[in-house]
Amino acid sequence: MALLRLTSPHAHGPMSTQRVMLNVLLATVPGIVVLTHFFGFGTLVNILWGSLVAVGCEALALKLRRRPLGFYLKDCSALVTAFLLCIALPPYSPWWLIAIGIASAILMAKHLYGGLGYNPFNPAMVGYVILLISFPVQMTSWAPPRGLGEMPGLLDALRACFTPALYDGVTMATPLDLLNQNIASNSLLLEELWQQNPQFGLFAGVGWEWANVAFLAGGLWLLYQRIFTWHAPVAMLASLSLLAALFYDGGSSASGGSPLFHLLSGATMFGAFFIVTDPVTSTVSLRGRLIYGALIGALIYVIRVRGNYPDAVAFSVLIMNFAAPFIDFYTQPRTYGHGDKRGQK
Amino acid sequence: MRKIHGFHGGIHPPENKHQSVRTPIADAGIPPELVIPLLQHIGTPAGVVVTIGQHVLKGQVIAEAQGFVSVPKHAPTSGTIHAIEDRLIAHPSGHFAPCIVIIPDGKDEWIECRGTPDYQALDKLQLIDLIRNAGIAGMGGAGFPSSVKLSVKAGTHIETLIINGTECEPYITADDVLMRERADQIIEGAKILRHIISPRETLIGVEDNKPEGIAALRVAAEGSGIEIVEFPTKYPSGGEKQLIEILTGKQVPSGGLPSQVGVVCQNIGSTVAIYEAVVHGKPLISRVTTVTGNAVREPQNFQVLIGTPMRYLLQKAGYQAENNNRLIMGGPMMGFTVPSIDVPIVKTTNCVLAPTEAELPTPPPAQACIRCGMCAQACPVSLLPQQLFWFAQGKEFDKLEHHNLFDCIECGACSYVCPSTIPLVQYYRASKAEILQLRRDHEKAEASRIRFEARQQRLEQAEAEKEAKRAARKKAAEQRAQAMAGDSGEDPIQAAIERARAKRPPRRARGAARANSINWRKPWSRRRNAWTPPMPNLRRQKPRVAISWRPCKPAWTKPATSWRRRNRLWRSINRRTMTRRRSTPPRRQSREPWPSARRKPR
Ligand code: SF4
Ligand code: SF4
Repeated sequence: MALLRLTSPHAHGPMSTQRVMLNVLLATVPGIVVLTHFFGFGTLVNILWGSLVAVGCEALALKLRRRPLGFYLKDCSALVTAFLLCIALPPYSPWWLIAIGIASAILMAKHLYGGLGYNPFNPAMVGYVILLISFPVQMTSWAPPRGLGEMPGLLDALRACFTPALYDGVTMATPLDLLNQNIASNSLLLEELWQQNPQFGLFAGVGWEWANVAFLAGGLWLLYQRIFTWHAPVAMLASLSLLAALFYDGGSSASGGSPLFHLLSGATMFGAFFIVTDPVTSTVSLRGRLIYGALIGALIYVIRVRGNYPDAVAFSVLIMNFAAPFIDFYTQPRTYGHGDKRGQK
Repeated sequence: MRKIHGFHGGIHPPENKHQSVRTPIADAGIPPELVIPLLQHIGTPAGVVVTIGQHVLKGQVIAEAQGFVSVPKHAPTSGTIHAIEDRLIAHPSGHFAPCIVIIPDGKDEWIECRGTPDYQALDKLQLIDLIRNAGIAGMGGAGFPSSVKLSVKAGTHIETLIINGTECEPYITADDVLMRERADQIIEGAKILRHIISPRETLIGVEDNKPEGIAALRVAAEGSGIEIVEFPTKYPSGGEKQLIEILTGKQVPSGGLPSQVGVVCQNIGSTVAIYEAVVHGKPLISRVTTVTGNAVREPQNFQVLIGTPMRYLLQKAGYQAENNNRLIMGGPMMGFTVPSIDVPIVKTTNCVLAPTEAELPTPPPAQACIRCGMCAQACPVSLLPQQLFWFAQGKEFDKLEHHNLFDCIECGACSYVCPSTIPLVQYYRASKAEILQLRRDHEKAEASRIRFEARQQRLEQAEAEKEAKRAARKKAAEQRAQAMAGDSGEDPIQAAIERARAKRPPRRARGAARANSINWRKPWSRRRNAWTPPMPNLRRQKPRVAISWRPCKPAWTKPATSWRRRNRLWRSINRRTMTRRRSTPPRRQSREPWPSARRKPR
């Protein structure tokens, strides 16, 4: 047998890109289960249809770019994008909405920039923002959680997705919407708001709080698997809670909501562990990740409380994606033998 | 208890050390042929002092050190010099290099060697000389001559002497077995080293995955004042700089030497060799090498003569060629593959690794970097390997240097963890080589620019002198003419010149104004520095078939001068003009990272 000539290192660790992506997919499962429990099969149908479209788009893009299909599809990154985007979309979205979102995420945000690893913006979030701006009505109509309205079944979910004209679902404002409107109109004390609206639960919205806990669990598992480092998510959650605590002002009518409410509302945990940690578009140095995460947390709070959009993860992440290279440049780690920690004579 | 400092990053690859420590060190014996490369260390190769056909004794010098950073070579056994020729050697680039080939006579007859067991009587320089003459070069890694490491600059105070028994690379156990079996010699060697550099403390650093070795060393070191320090296993804690940080908390300045922070490091193997050389007077002619991997039936450690062909050694260990996918000299992290099974063992060969395909599979094609940052977390010198990779792909050399490419120790930790299986280290090596080449080129260009300018100045000076002389002559003539005019009223010389002018108009009106004797500028170009040399038409032209009575070759078959010379000429002219035009410093590049720092589309 001819001897191979290769350069060192000859050994390779067990990690592979495919494994990273599969781990991420796996970690979303608890969150999806909870979402399905509280909001019905809408999310699941979203994800199934979205994954199909994503793989199709990825294959198309690879074909157009004349790349080997099998090799690049194997990394499962398209599936991850589809999962993340479809979790973020409201359940019972029509098929065309999902298709447009996925297509713009994969074709525009990813492959136009050169494919996996070269995209400056998080594809799932680009897809989300495009949809949010183009179809604000569909994008802000969430189904009521379990117990506050009738639960559509699997058939209803399929109908809602593929024959949207024939589906007539109920929608309800989310707790974040309510809070946002309340701050704008400055009418109710926080306590009254919670009493008057059945959407509020123990700490935050009914259903939402458990979904957030589930995503937190998935995120912690990823952390345990060392898929990413703790820096960005922790910094984001910390800055979000810090701001929330600062402007809580005891629950007055202008209050921004308690830290716990913010931590367990909307896409906070999902964003912290699945969006902010996206390696491609975030910063690379650890100090940089702290800054990156903290700024995202701050932006989320500001947009949630003062902005026109009820949730803000997508916008904040995209804005900080712009800043990532800049942060990277100024947070290069100190290399061995440089700077102050040299041995003293 | 000594405080153990950590270092950033590091990885925990599977150790695979147990296979080769089951049996004691075996003697590999004398192979039918020994091939001794003249360059086995860092520095200048040794100079041959034997002739073909000469009979040499074991331990006899066959090549002398040349220069400071060099060590001599000795005959590993008695025999005849068979050849002095280029042979394939173990080198990452797999090239041929001059070697001395010895056919052993089987008698293994020693030359007379005189040891100095009472080495305390010798002074520092004598001992260093002794070590140098024994041909000892670092036996763990790159093979830096030990004598050079020991001759620290006068006035440098050495705080710590570190004996490196870390052996952090997977598979290798050569130092481990030395510690188990020859702990006394190691301690004696350490004492000799301590005598040479008189440090405040002497440490032997060992990873905690070698409990037997540590125990043996502790017993041997009883009462000697040498401390055995045990620390957690992590790759690459055996790197010299990493070990210094672990044991002392100090970092060697970038591009500096350990002695700058008051530390001298020696490897376990070298320490034993130093003991042998000083106490028994035996030069370095053999070493302990691990032969391991699943493609050998009995992985174990051998005491092997320097110059033994790998084939011989592998066969001793039960080599199964059909299972072996590559042959690695060194460990799986930093070792290199050898082109052939016939390359010789050298002083730095601590391991011969013959893995099977299942053991170290051929890496799959690299995927895109997903910037996951795992490499940055693993890097022991806190670099950002993914950024370096990005810049290396784009050949952005200034950015590479700005990101401290040259501090990379090529440990391979980044490639090990990379989920996209990108051969990162390969990129860094290539970029380093390219940058060094550019630097050399730049220096050369700089030298020729200086030469050119000096010449230019010389010419101008000569011209100015001539001009001055001419002016002086003219003045003198005028004075003379005036004096004569004072006599006759009319200038006869002037009149004569006038007549001559009328006959012949001036041929070179502007000749004197020309500063440069070579007329390089295109005549129609006004601006002084703005000419470009007319490029030769380097494309092959269609053969012109000459219509003539003589049989004639097509014009292109044989240019007036050879193509190579012609191209070289033009290149040299271009270089000169390029450097001339670049007399204003190039515009400083913007420091902003956007957009080229990261998102360079490629
Ligand atoms: S480990 Fe590999 S894929 Fe991850 S950032 Fe480093 S080079 Fe890129
Ligand atoms: S090879 Fe270089 S860049 Fe990679 S981990 Fe080692 S020192 Fe860091």
